[in-house]
Amino acid sequence: MSTISRSIPRTDSPQKSAGRANYLDDMRIAGALHARLLLSTRPRARILRVETPALPDGYVTVDHSDIPGTNAVRMINDGWPLFPVDMVEYVGQPILLIAGPDVAVIDELLAAVTVEYEDLTPVFGIDGAETVEDPECFVDYHLEYHLEGAPGPTDQPSGDLAFTITETFDTGAQEHIYLEPQAMAAWCEGHRITVTGSIQCPYYVHKALVTVLGWDADRIRVVQATTGGAFGGKEDFPSVLAGYVALAAHKTGQPVKLVLDRGQDIEISTKRHPSRITLASSVGRSGLAQSTCADIRIDGGAFEGLSSTVLQRAMFNASGVYRIPEISVQGQAYRTNIVPYGAFRGFGSPQAFFASEMHMCHLARKHGEDPLSFKRRHLVRQGDRTITGGTLRDPVKMEEMIDSVLTQSEYNRKRPEYERATGITRRGIGVSLFNHGCGFTGSGERDIIKARVKLRGHADGKVEVLCSNVEMGQGAETTLRKIVAETLGVPIGNVVFQNPDTDQVPDSGPTVASRTVMVVGGLLHTAALKLKDATSPGPGQPVEVEANYQQPAEIEWDQSTFTGDAYPAFSWGVNIIEIELDLLTYAIRPLTVWASFDIGTAIDERIVIGQIHGGIAQGIGYGTTELLEVRDGAFQQRTMTDYVIPGSLDTPEIHVNLVSNPYHGGPFGAKGVGEIPLTGPPPALGDAVECALGVEIHQIPLTPEYLERIVRTQGGAQ
Amino acid sequence: MRISFTVNGNPVVVEAEPLARLLDVLRIDLGLHGVKEGCGEGECGACAVLLNGRIVNSCVTPVAAAADGEILTIEGFCETDRYAVIEQAFSDSGGVQCGFCTPGFVMATEALLRENSKPSEDEIRRGLSGNLCRCTGYNMIVQAVQAASETLNGQ
Repeated sequence: MSTISRSIPRTDSPQKSAGRANYLDDMRIAGALHARLLLSTRPRARILRVETPALPDGYVTVDHSDIPGTNAVRMINDGWPLFPVDMVEYVGQPILLIAGPDVAVIDELLAAVTVEYEDLTPVFGIDGAETVEDPECFVDYHLEYHLEGAPGPTDQPSGDLAFTITETFDTGAQEHIYLEPQAMAAWCEGHRITVTGSIQCPYYVHKALVTVLGWDADRIRVVQATTGGAFGGKEDFPSVLAGYVALAAHKTGQPVKLVLDRGQDIEISTKRHPSRITLASSVGRSGLAQSTCADIRIDGGAFEGLSSTVLQRAMFNASGVYRIPEISVQGQAYRTNIVPYGAFRGFGSPQAFFASEMHMCHLARKHGEDPLSFKRRHLVRQGDRTITGGTLRDPVKMEEMIDSVLTQSEYNRKRPEYERATGITRRGIGVSLFNHGCGFTGSGERDIIKARVKLRGHADGKVEVLCSNVEMGQGAETTLRKIVAETLGVPIGNVVFQNPDTDQVPDSGPTVASRTVMVVGGLLHTAALKLKDATSPGPGQPVEVEANYQQPAEIEWDQSTFTGDAYPAFSWGVNIIEIELDLLTYAIRPLTVWASFDIGTAIDERIVIGQIHGGIAQGIGYGTTELLEVRDGAFQQRTMTDYVIPGSLDTPEIHVNLVSNPYHGGPFGAKGVGEIPLTGPPPALGDAVECALGVEIHQIPLTPEYLERIVRTQGGAQ
Repeated sequence: MRISFTVNGNPVVVEAEPLARLLDVLRIDLGLHGVKEGCGEGECGACAVLLNGRIVNSCVTPVAAAADGEILTIEGFCETDRYAVIEQAFSDSGGVQCGFCTPGFVMATEALLRENSKPSEDEIRRGLSGNLCRCTGYNMIVQAVQAASETLNGQ
């Protein structure tokens, strides 16, 4: 183990345990008004008239007419209006807000608002879009990759077809359930505004406010408040809430606070995109897959948001971690009348890996081979081409990772035993192999994000970390401080990290895409090396150094054709999951997870393993119990009682081993870890169910109703 | 109505509707912000406090139920030696990530260890089953409770 990997106490732990960490709703903001939202009850309708009751003194409404700048939530494009003007596009779309001193009074006033609608025909979900003759798509991609002749898979047969399989997989929406609901506050001072809240990306919020207010950037200050979990859910949606509180604070001249209750958070915040993925593959007589044709459709919801980039990541993972010489991928993001879908840990990748891993299991079965053995014969190796024609330059250690978990789990003994077992209670054991490209897709880091960090060294030896990346539970505060302290050779106590404030920190990009340690940590490492050699401008004066992102020289990417190195580096994972289920309830009980990961070098082992445990638990939830159903455009699950995330009794024992594989482009060899752990469990669970019941799985979540039905229709559980 | 009880050893009198949520009285009237609201329906345990030594979710406890009772919140508990042991165990085991659920888990740990000073892993998982965490996957929290139980050694 590298020295830096040795775990140290998290620097934020004592305050959090003692209840002294101040989340947004814990902050005392003198004179703050509350804001509450009026939501659309219609999935798609013209707004004919909005009638608000007479407001008592001190209460105001805020709607589209109060927007001084552009009525848009700034994301990749400006297609998402902050408030609707004359059309609502989904149930739960905020139409206006009322701000005032007393929440109970606001709720009474909101109940007295009448909205007259003229209903239009809505489109609900992928099913709905597919029944429309010409469904509206935000994006529609068609890509073809021919990797034959690329270094690596020279043993692929060109003809001699044995069989083809075409099959379709469905994945559901997933709600983040960060424990702290979305929360935001704003106040004006002089000609400036300050917005603070539970956020992942201070500069996304900053840019969104520039758009909505139409003000110069230097009039706007965004400060991250202690953030109680995010998982992607506080990447995009805070730009919406920030607009609401900013407008209300601007209109009233008083501080305004908006904290969603859990029901409203589930109802109106973004979620993981549901997907429908059709894979058609041909396998030669030698048992090697020759081609895959992938058709990936995601439900984008009512506004585009981040759908295009989520879809791209899904497409670039369409062939999993396997060498398939010919691949064509098409992808569409449908516009539907449901809450806009958005960022969620994995960002399109978990959907694609569920489909491609299950597909490999089914190809193996048709070929008459154990799924793991079939997958291993197709594994990519160092030097191989990626799906987009990039190169896997770094060592791929999947074989040794697989061997380690095979031994620990006794997979080879258990698998045939469980496949043959009969009786009411069955066991199953399944495997998944996966990777995750670290950082933004393609040249996004260079062309869009352009990250900058600073370090400020003080005469007393203290060093301030100045970057816009946030601690949201994942351990960034400790990890980034550790990188700087280790590079400078000073105690971690000398390195200061505060919640980012855009008045103080440069834009080092959002806290997303498994980039914080690899990219931003890398820049801080570079800056720390510069600081070592820097001299103070004068006695007692602080020294500042800066580092700017440079794309690694070997990376080539063409954004117009989506070819080249989609990611500079990949983290890799293997999961084996053992489950028990009975044929009376069909409820899956995960028993044990064995996991092996290559994330380069762990900057802090305990933090990394904590990320892995948490990601695996979210993946288990995504694959089993986390069901969101849409009826008439509204989610049927609106509480934490009916939307079921894993509890302490549902989460199995998890054994993790980390394989060291330092990446030259990351600080101390680190790659990304935030997202990859969520990807593994759904397909491993699917494979385990196939082992236990002898059925073929085509959807998640693996609800008891679904399992009971396929056992009946497929004649499983013999 | 006027309702009196003690919070963290201090007598208080509040003027509140009897059905007002204990959570709101603690957070808004008494400024005890270590008590968190995660779900508002008794599912997640972020608002857990001890009422007369028993763990309750303050978001579904009417303040009248606390009348003449003793409430211990994280603000009071964190002054004790037992807290110091539990806090250290959570830190050493990696039981804290975003921290929003942590005060509730700490209170649940205390409630469990008061009742059963040497719980098995299964008893710990059951003892914590009223608290939800979205960050850790629970294993490290279970280890924290085991470690705290060992350090406290039956106390």
